[in-house]
Amino acid sequence: MSVAEAAVAPGALSGRACAHCGLPVPAGLEPAAGAVPFCCSGCATAYALIRESGLDQYYRMAERRRAAVRSSGRSFEEFDHPAFHRLYVRAVPGGLSETDLYLEGVHCGSCVWLVERVPLLVPGMARAELDVRRSLVHVAWDGAHARLSEVARTLDTLGYRPHPFRGIKAEAVRRAEDRAMLARIGVAGAIAVNTMLVSLAIYSGWFSGMESGTLRYLRWICLLLVTPALLWPGRVFFRGAWAALRTRALHMDLPIAIALAAGYLRGAVNTAIDRGPVYFDGVATLIFLLLVGRFLQQRAQRAAHDSAELFHSLSPATARLVDGPAIREVPAEALLPGMVLDVRPSDTLAADGTVIAGRSALDLSLLTGESRPLTAGCGATVYAGTVNVSSPLRVRVERAGEATRLGRLLAEVEAGARRRAPTVSLAERMAGVFVAVVLALAAVTALLWWRHSPSMAIDQAIALLIVTCPCALALATPLAVTVAIGRAARAGILIKGGDALEALARPGRLVLDKTGTVTEGRPTLVAWQGAEDVKPLVLALERHSTHPIAIGFLEAWPETVAEAATRVIHTPGGGIEGEVAGRHVVVGSPSFVAARARHRALPVLEAAAAARTGVACTPLAVAVDGRVVARGAFGDVLRADAPAALAELRARGWRLALLSGDDPAVVADVGERLGFGPGDRRGAASPEGKLRAIEDEAVHGPVVMVGDGVNDAAAIARATVGIGVHGGAEACLAAADVFLARPGLSGLVALTGGAARTLGVIRGNIAFSIVYNVLGAGLAMSGLINPLIAAVLMPLSSLTVVLASWKGRTFDAPAAAAGGATP
Amino acid sequence: MSVIFIVLPLALLVVLAAVIAFVWAARRGQFDDLETPAIRALHDDPERKRDGAPPPPGRPSPE
Repeated sequence: MSVAEAAVAPGALSGRACAHCGLPVPAGLEPAAGAVPFCCSGCATAYALIRESGLDQYYRMAERRRAAVRSSGRSFEEFDHPAFHRLYVRAVPGGLSETDLYLEGVHCGSCVWLVERVPLLVPGMARAELDVRRSLVHVAWDGAHARLSEVARTLDTLGYRPHPFRGIKAEAVRRAEDRAMLARIGVAGAIAVNTMLVSLAIYSGWFSGMESGTLRYLRWICLLLVTPALLWPGRVFFRGAWAALRTRALHMDLPIAIALAAGYLRGAVNTAIDRGPVYFDGVATLIFLLLVGRFLQQRAQRAAHDSAELFHSLSPATARLVDGPAIREVPAEALLPGMVLDVRPSDTLAADGTVIAGRSALDLSLLTGESRPLTAGCGATVYAGTVNVSSPLRVRVERAGEATRLGRLLAEVEAGARRRAPTVSLAERMAGVFVAVVLALAAVTALLWWRHSPSMAIDQAIALLIVTCPCALALATPLAVTVAIGRAARAGILIKGGDALEALARPGRLVLDKTGTVTEGRPTLVAWQGAEDVKPLVLALERHSTHPIAIGFLEAWPETVAEAATRVIHTPGGGIEGEVAGRHVVVGSPSFVAARARHRALPVLEAAAAARTGVACTPLAVAVDGRVVARGAFGDVLRADAPAALAELRARGWRLALLSGDDPAVVADVGERLGFGPGDRRGAASPEGKLRAIEDEAVHGPVVMVGDGVNDAAAIARATVGIGVHGGAEACLAAADVFLARPGLSGLVALTGGAARTLGVIRGNIAFSIVYNVLGAGLAMSGLINPLIAAVLMPLSSLTVVLASWKGRTFDAPAAAAGGATP
Repeated sequence: MSVIFIVLPLALLVVLAAVIAFVWAARRGQFDDLETPAIRALHDDPERKRDGAPPPPGRPSPE
């Protein structure tokens, strides 16, 4: 805090902390005497904007974010496009337009303050409201005086990069659902508490005596109270039971509806004839507790869903359209065949097309699983979803939107998700057995008591139905699942549905993608042979490139300080050359370097290093002033924790398989090192091939698919449980049931272990509620039950289930959780 | 005990009022976001530096 505060007054401190974010100013960026220090130009711009608008108060806030501002500098022009407005923008009365935007980098109170003051910076903007938990800002502006692109640019300048929020329609539905659910819970809760109070008076009347008139009055009050609880909040159970009956499926709602209806009708009849027990307090409490359990589960699953959505980083689906001499940004939805696109390095292609100018390397790994970039020149066909890695391209659109290969793949994903057989949860299967047993017992009870007295027979049978109400049984799963999902999220595992947990609890078939899942999915320097003084020269050149190899060099030698390079020339498919400190440096493929070197003898790469790189490596050479001085190799290395994680999974009984779109030789090599047998590894699988492979596996039993790319998405959607790993493609994460938010595969081990323990907790809960029900049924059949015992037993059983779910050790949050990637 | 014939309905009327208030608030979206308003309350009102500045944010959206 002292750093942040002192930074407001430049000169008061050492002058080496950034005035905007408080981070240390890197060497070489120290300001001239008296000037304000900044760690980056983004911070300088944000600082100027904030000062100009009189929002200096921001710098006095105790808790401020500590990250340099990386404004993207994009124009956000596509935000003004009619196609964008059709998709995301709503018009509201009063001439205003509204939309929701996801913001990157929101995390604390000062962010709320700053973002909500953006209307002071943009004339014509009416308001901005930030939901800090979901990083979602709701903006409203006057279309006549302001444009959405201005709003977006301002947010971007402040360091909060905006993304369109795609679920805007689903969000409205969901919000209405949440509000209705909350209202139901409130009503049910108020009724339950008050019915309990009145019932308490009735029970105490048993012991101390009560005038029959008062008793009758209290019973009528109870009936009056419970009726709306049954008609409004309780209606959801009857609707669920009706749907279950129509589809001939056994659902938890069925026994609940029977218990509610039996309890209510019996109570109503007994109140009317002024004789026999009433169970109104039990009915009201049951409705309330079950609604709360459901609400909690829904919220936990949504929170996981939201976080996963944020992690997609929501690649803006835009393209740069060449329009005469100008280039405009347009939404991908607005593209038509025949248009010409400008694709910069590191851009993702928005449509399928043909290259008409330029030559560049394309990263297809997310689309096909191929680990090495492919070179594409004039006339080559390129696909949406691939990333341009090295130099600019002009592409003529052939197919756009749903007609692209990516679009068809996404259609497959949806179809795959629809074909998936709905999983019947353990509690639901138990409910089926439970309903049958309870109904049989009720019939037996009625028969046994019939000879004694027919009216007693009906009383006892209904008492059995009520006392064995599946309160604990119905709460057992939602509570255990809710707690587990919440704890898993803290450990960086986002679980979107409870049925996934149950399916992961028992070991079965687990299919893994290779590129990006068991491997890092990007080139890493695996072998290097050369003098130390060559490294700064290489880095000087590679700083000018966005090619994955260049990034690999920067990551391999983080401590090496690069020198300045001039006259840098990229040759796609070859390498890079330029002048560094007066010397001519060439880095690239051995043939590219050899063609530019006078001394062609290349140093021989050590046998050990060559063996380590395997077949999947890209060799490289470096020449300085015409002499080859160094050699290296890049390869897609295994994730560091992959061997240990896979061994652990095998030890737990999972049958693992490798399914990749990469070259079969590479797959065989990687598979061999990880212990996959020849029958358990398959290469050159197309996305459709992966889907078929999963379908074939699914015939034999549940199958889990783990992947990262668009090429895995259809298979992930079709699998019993689909798991997306950190860094995966958006389509894949959207299709996945579980998303690992931290890099590496150790999350898989934690996930399966946690799922098994969760199922253990659920089983314990169900076992307990069965014991309770057997006890209750026994009492009812022997005619010993009365409403007081039922009223005590029912909440007691629920409470036990709540405690057991809460204390159950399902997912352990690792120590790393504090600084982890969970938002 | 006859007082209960008057007091109990009165108590239930109070409960009814509370329930109506809760349902109204839930439907207006007062419980949609339980985190941000708590942070917002800690901030001072903005000083109006510019003419025609819009009103301070922080009101719930009328939906």
